[in-house]
Parts: sequence; C-alpha cells; structure tokens
Amino acid sequence: MKRVELIDLSKSYDKQIDVISGINVTIEPGEFFVLVGPSGCGKSTMLRMIAGLEEITSGTLKIGDKVANGLPPNKRELSMVFQNYALYPHLTVQQNIAFGLDVKKVKKPVQQKRAEDVAEMLGLTEFLQRKPRELSGGQRQRVALARAIVSESPICLMDEPLSNLDAKLRAHMRMEIRRIQRTLGITMIYVTHDQVEAMTMGDRIMILHEGKIQQVGKPIDIYNNPANPFVATFIGSPPMNLASAKNDSVSSTLLIGDTWHLALPANENYSHPSSELIAGIRPEHLRPATKDTPEADKFYVEVTNVEVLGNETVFSFELGGNEWMAKWSGQWHIDSGDRIPILIDTGSLCIFEADTGELIKKPTDLGNFVFGKEVLL
Amino acid sequence: MNTHVKPGIWRRTGNARTAFLYLLPSVILFSVFVFYPMFRTIYLSFFLTNQNGEAALHVGFENFAYLLESSAFLNSMKATVLFVLYTVPIGIIIALFFALLANEKLKGIGFFRTVYSSTMGISVAASSVIWLFLFHPSVGVFNRVLSVLNFPQIQWLLDPEWALISVSISTIWMNTGFSFLILLGGLQNIDEHLYESSRIDGAGYFYRLRRITIPMLSPTLFFIITISLINAFQSFGQIDILTKGGPSQSTNLIVYSIYREAFINYQFGTASAQAVILFIIILIVTILQFKFGERKVHYQ
Amino acid sequence: MTISLPKKIWIYFLLTVTSLLVFFPVLYAFMISFMTGPEILQGKFFPQSFSLDNYFKVFDRLPLVKYLVNSFVVSVGVMFGQLLVCSLAAYAFVFMPFKGRDFIFFVFISTMMIPWEATMIPNFFTIQKLDWLNTYQGLTIPFFALAFGTFLLRQHFKTIPKELHEASQIAGLSRFAFFWRVILPVSKTSLVTLGAYGFLTTWNMYLWPLLITTNSSVRTVQIGLKQLQSQEMSTDWGVVMAGVIVVIIPTLLLLFLGQKQLQKGLSQGALK
Repeated sequence: MKRVELIDLSKSYDKQIDVISGINVTIEPGEFFVLVGPSGCGKSTMLRMIAGLEEITSGTLKIGDKVANGLPPNKRELSMVFQNYALYPHLTVQQNIAFGLDVKKVKKPVQQKRAEDVAEMLGLTEFLQRKPRELSGGQRQRVALARAIVSESPICLMDEPLSNLDAKLRAHMRMEIRRIQRTLGITMIYVTHDQVEAMTMGDRIMILHEGKIQQVGKPIDIYNNPANPFVATFIGSPPMNLASAKNDSVSSTLLIGDTWHLALPANENYSHPSSELIAGIRPEHLRPATKDTPEADKFYVEVTNVEVLGNETVFSFELGGNEWMAKWSGQWHIDSGDRIPILIDTGSLCIFEADTGELIKKPTDLGNFVFGKEVLL
Repeated sequence: MNTHVKPGIWRRTGNARTAFLYLLPSVILFSVFVFYPMFRTIYLSFFLTNQNGEAALHVGFENFAYLLESSAFLNSMKATVLFVLYTVPIGIIIALFFALLANEKLKGIGFFRTVYSSTMGISVAASSVIWLFLFHPSVGVFNRVLSVLNFPQIQWLLDPEWALISVSISTIWMNTGFSFLILLGGLQNIDEHLYESSRIDGAGYFYRLRRITIPMLSPTLFFIITISLINAFQSFGQIDILTKGGPSQSTNLIVYSIYREAFINYQFGTASAQAVILFIIILIVTILQFKFGERKVHYQ
Repeated sequence: MTISLPKKIWIYFLLTVTSLLVFFPVLYAFMISFMTGPEILQGKFFPQSFSLDNYFKVFDRLPLVKYLVNSFVVSVGVMFGQLLVCSLAAYAFVFMPFKGRDFIFFVFISTMMIPWEATMIPNFFTIQKLDWLNTYQGLTIPFFALAFGTFLLRQHFKTIPKELHEASQIAGLSRFAFFWRVILPVSKTSLVTLGAYGFLTTWNMYLWPLLITTNSSVRTVQIGLKQLQSQEMSTDWGVVMAGVIVVIIPTLLLLFLGQKQLQKGLSQGALK
C-alpha cells in the first residue's frame, strides 16, 4: 500500500504547449482515486506517466518515498488494466494471468497456485484453459483484472476498464472492482470519462479539463460545491443549470438570464468587484410551486420537453438562451407547451464569478437531499 | 532534490539505438547486395572492363551510345516491349476471369481454386521444360492438334515469327497462378453487403461487375498490373531453356541479353549499361503506374 | 446468395473446361513420365502401364537426390533467414519510434524498385571475392533481407494493439523477450505466409544458382532440370518429365496445403 505523489507534474510533446501542467496531488495509501474528465483532457496521459509508459516532461513523481521519474514501468511495483484489456491472444487464461509472474521467474507451482486463487476469486476457474477469443467481453475484463490482482502490486492503475462493457455488466463490475480494492487494500488510480463511475467508485476524485486540475475532493463535496462552472456541468446528470446573472445591490435582487428577478435575503449580497456572475442550480432544486407559494416567488416557465422516467420526471425549458432542466420525483403529467410555476430557493443557488469561474457562493440549503443515518432510527 | 529530471542524450536516443540494432541485419544486407551493386553497376556502365569485372577504361556515355546504335540491342528492346505487351494484359484478363469464376460460392470450388493457382507452385525451369515438349515440332501436342485439324505445321520455337509468341504463351500460363491468387484475395475482400444491396436494386451480373466488382477491385488490379509488368521485364528462365534468345535474336529479352553480354561475352561495361537501362525502365513503369494508376483507383 | 440451376451448370462447365486447360500441361507431363520412347512418339495421352522406370533412370543420370537436398537446404535456409531478418526490422519499424523512421522505411521499400537482375553483375563478383561460389551461403544470404517481407510483417505487427506492448513493459518483459514471446507467436499466420512465399520463390529460383554454381556440390534442382533437358534433347522425354515431376512435387504440395493462407496473406500484404 503505497502513497503516490505528483509534484508540479507537466507533459508536453515535441516542446509544444503543455498537454498537462501544474499537477499537484497526493494519493493516499489504500485510496480509490478517480481521474475523470472529458476525452482529451489528459487523464490517460497522466495515468501513463505514473505507469512509466510516457516520459515526464517536468516535475516529480514519487511512489512510496522514492522519486520514480526515471524508473522503468516494471520497477514501479504497479499493475495496470487497459481499456482493451491487452490480453495475450496466443496464451490461455491461466498463462495470461501468470504471465507477469513468469517474467519475474516465480516458481511454476507457485505461479499456478496464485493464478488459480485469483481465478477463483473472480469466477474464472472453468475458463482457465481457454484462449481470450473464446471468452465474452465481461470474462475478458475479469481476466485483465485477475492479471492485475495476481501481481500483488501495492498500486493498481486502471484506464477506462469498463467502457467496453454493456450498461448492466458495467454497473455490476463497478461494485466488484470496488469490493476487490477494499478487500486487498490496494491503492487504486482509476481513469474514466464517466462521471457516474467517478461518483460511485471514488474515495476522492480529481476532475481534469484541458490538462489542468479543476477540483479534487470527495465525490459528494464536488457535487455539492463545484469549484467552477465546468465542474458544475460535468458532474451530475442532468447537469447543473447555468445562466448569466447580475447582482443589483440597490434593490438587493439577482437578475438571472435577463428574465428572473430573484429577491435576495437582506444578509446576502454579492458585492463583488465584477457584477458579471453566473448562477447555477441543480435540476432537483427547481421545485414545484404550490398553491401556498406567494405569487411573487413563482416563476412561470414554458415546458419544451418532458421525460417521465417512472420514479422521476425531467422537463426542460428555456432561460436566457440556455436550456434548463428540472427534475421532480414522481410521475408528473406535464406536456410540452405547458406554462407551469416553479420555485427557486436562493439557498440552493451556486454563484460563480463570470470571468474567472470562481465559486463565490456555495449552496447553503441543499433542500431535503442530505440525510444522516439518525433519520432511520 | 532535483525536480527537473531531464533524461540524458543516452537515454533519449535509447529507442533509436535499439532500433538500429534490430535493423542492422537488413541494413547490412541491403547495402551489400542492393545499394552497393546498384551504384557499382552505374559506375561500371561508364567503363570498359577487364575479365574480372574491374573498370579498365573510362568511356563516359559511350557504352550507352553504342547500345542505342546497336541493332542487336534495339532488337532486344523491341522484343522485350512486345513480350510485355503480349503477356501482361492477356495474363491479367485470364487471371481475372478465373478469379471471378472461382469466387462463386459453389460446392467443390476449393478444388478449382487449387488448380487455378497451381502454376504458382511450378518453377520457371520445370514449366519451360514442359512447354518445350508441348512446342516440340514433331511430338509436341500443338502440332499434333494442327495436323489432326489439317492445318499446316508451325515451327513454334524455331520460327522467328512464332518464337516470341510461343514464349509469351508459356509465360502467360506460368504467371496466371500468382495473379489469380492475388485477384481472388481482392475479390474476397469486397464487402458482401454491396452485392446484396445492388441485388435489391435489381442490378444484373454485368452491371454489378462494372459498377461494383471492378471499382472495388481496382487497388488489387493496380497492384497486380505493376507486379506483372515488372516481372515481365525480368523474365529469364523461360528464354534460357526454350530458345536461348533465338531464333535470330527474336526472343533475346533484356535480362537474357545482360546475362549473355556479361557472363558469356565478358563485356561487363556494356552489360552494366543495359542493366542501368533496365533499372530506368522499371523505375519509369513504377512511377507512371503510381502517377496515372493511383488516380483511377478506388480506395476504401 | 442463391444461384439458379442453369447458371450453376454453366459455371461448372466453365470451371471444368478452364481447369482442364490450365492443368493439362502438368497432367500431360505426369503421363509422359511413365511412358517409353515409342509410346511418346505415338502421341498417346495415357501410358500403357505406370512403370517407374523413368524415375529410376532420372535418379541414375543425375545426382538428383543431392540436388533435392541442396534445394531443400537453400530454400529452408532462405525461409528462416528471411523470417528472422524481416521480422526484426518490422518489429523496429512498428514498436520503436525514432527520428527518421519513415525515411528509413522508405529506403527499405525503394529496394523493391531495383530489379535484382540489374545488380547481378556486381553481386556475382562480391560472391566471388568472398569465395562463396558453390557454397550454401552464397545461395542464401543475399536473399535474407526482403523489402516485401518486411512490409508484409510490418502491416501485421501494426494490427497488434500497443497496449500489449505496454502491458508487457509493466510486467517487466525486455524488448527482445516481447518480440520473441509475444510478437512472433501472435503473428504466426503472417510468418507462415511469408515462410511459404520464401520457400516457394527460393525453390524455384533459376538465374542466381545458374550463375554461382559451377559444379554439383550445391547445385539446385532447377539447374538440374536444365542439365537434364540439354543432355536429353529429343531422345528420352519420359526421363526428363520424371525429373520435372520430382522437382515440382514439393512446391505443389506446399501450395495445395497453404493456398488459402497464401492468398489471404499476400493480398493483405499487398494492399493494406
């Protein structure tokens, strides 16, 4: 179980602009750390730098307490699972699993024992003598996992290991990988573009965009307090609704998307040097207005699209040139073209500074969405 | 602590150095047996040589001037060009016909494919000996057939009018196997769905041949035409066994002419000049092929 | 696709007739190889009896066994030499990025445009100077490096996912071990194609052995055929054809076994 430390890491090809820069992060021993971002954000490059498959342009990579910049991949004591699994097509499942051990000149009986143990753990025992092409996608994925586990390396790297699986299997494997990681206590660095995987698997996640860290933290903290508009829209589905906003300190109102005037409580005033702001709100925080809602607090929106998902209803409308979405639990009989009143709590608003994207107001009221275990008792 | 670990030049060129090691056998062999002799041939073509193939007297372009005035060489060039024209187009059309037939999905088609490709497994020497017999004036099959049909006999390999044609016929037979194999491979790479959708549109066999098969096959055709042209210019074995360049020089193709000039007459200078001309011809053929062929070829 | 019956019959008819035409010379040579002199003069197609007399005679008149062994040694030698040299080069071209790689590859490919016959004069003298006339190395080594072979294998190696290379780097496999333990076994089909091609072309090679073998010590069967034919002109065609059949059997067998493989492999190497 080793710590992985990235200090001011950057990467550039052919002395061109950096594809990754200013990466500072420490991954704790035994942590499940997820690197997430849209394609081309440099997350795979970062993983490959940690693995030693890409050269580090500048900065320091420490694995354990050792500087690992110049170490060849096999000296870094890590294992890796690739997106396409990288199974050796000419070897059987057993040989594939034991391949790394064989290279390290582990004795044959020991190789076999360890391969069989891991195979059993992953339910591969009956396939040990098959070739990879005789396996289904899910089984191949398990062989790739087995190969990583059998090495008993303290660190495991995974590069989009689930993206070639169908949705159902993917959900299952998410739990399984998480379970294995917990059981073995290995340090896991996991790359994905899927925010659901990031949210559900990671102890901490790091969001990368255009080669720069956007935010590092626990999934739920990131969801609640996104550091900037990019993170706000990247994490969460449907994404956080965003619109430009102006703060009118005289009347103490917030003008959202040039249409909505939202009265601010007396104690809240964003007297920021720039009055150009971005307001954001999660779809589930746009709540239905009831009969008791004072008319002044209602906002009428014209519905453009409705999706009833069974346990919840998502509908969209237009605000200030942006498409906004609201998510209500239950089944709502709404049609496109309806004008319906909704309600916004100023407390659940996120406010970003428009130029820098910096978060200047965290949502204080998360509605009835945060529960403690004591509610159950 | 050093945060900027710059790998040294030794490490950065690691790939190039290892790669060089892996390429070394090829590099040495190509240098010794392709590039050096190529330059040596060009060099020798400007000299008169002694018996050991060493340059003796610098003569500039005189070897070439001599060749271009020599009726023997011009005749050899003419024979070579005629030979290429006789063998390449007909050979490819026949191979294409066989490939189209053998591409039908029928019972036992594997047997026919094997037969069509069989000539690829028969060496030039063996084929030539067989054809020598087939062309034999008295016991050969061709003259027997002619006599049965009451036609006058033909001195296939001995008549200057017929010798080149006879050699061409046997060469076409020798080369169909390889062309067939390549063309069949090309036909089988064509996506079945294209045919299915055209059948839904109601296209007939020849329409499909013209509009789907030939265009989709064009990269393969392009490849096999180039290879066949180059092969035809390089023909040697059949000449050596069937005619030895005769009668009256009518089948003295360029490679045979080089061989005779060098290893029978020991005129390495003029032989080298001929080799340079052969090289230039093949270079031009390849370049022309790529220039004009490439444009008409449909790549997926 | 279904084919209508009349069309089927028509296709079978064409297939049969053309196959017979193509195979006739070989079949006829086979028949002749069992005939006696008078039978040949009568112009029969089928021999009276399948007696092996001509075969015994041909082995008697020529050191044919020696020639066959020579051809076999040379062909197998070139085959393995080509496989090794070409796969090493192709491996470097695919798995080792370095500056100038494309240029060197272009230089390799350009050797395909140099007709071998245009360089045979200096090559002959090189072999003479090395004292390699009448030796196996003289017959084999010049053909080890092959641009076509390198190209064919490079095309196949390129289809191997680079993650395989990375996975074995993490496992700690050295470059050569990766080549030996992963690349070669994974590329078995291409290696078989190239091997068969190399064997076939070397077995059938004519001009080079003609130049550099002056006695029977390493002479190959093809030159043996020429010898046989020039000895036996118009006298004993049965013996000559027996020689021909003996010479073509190994390559025909190889072709019959590997026809499918060769066809796939060669057309892929040519086009992709």
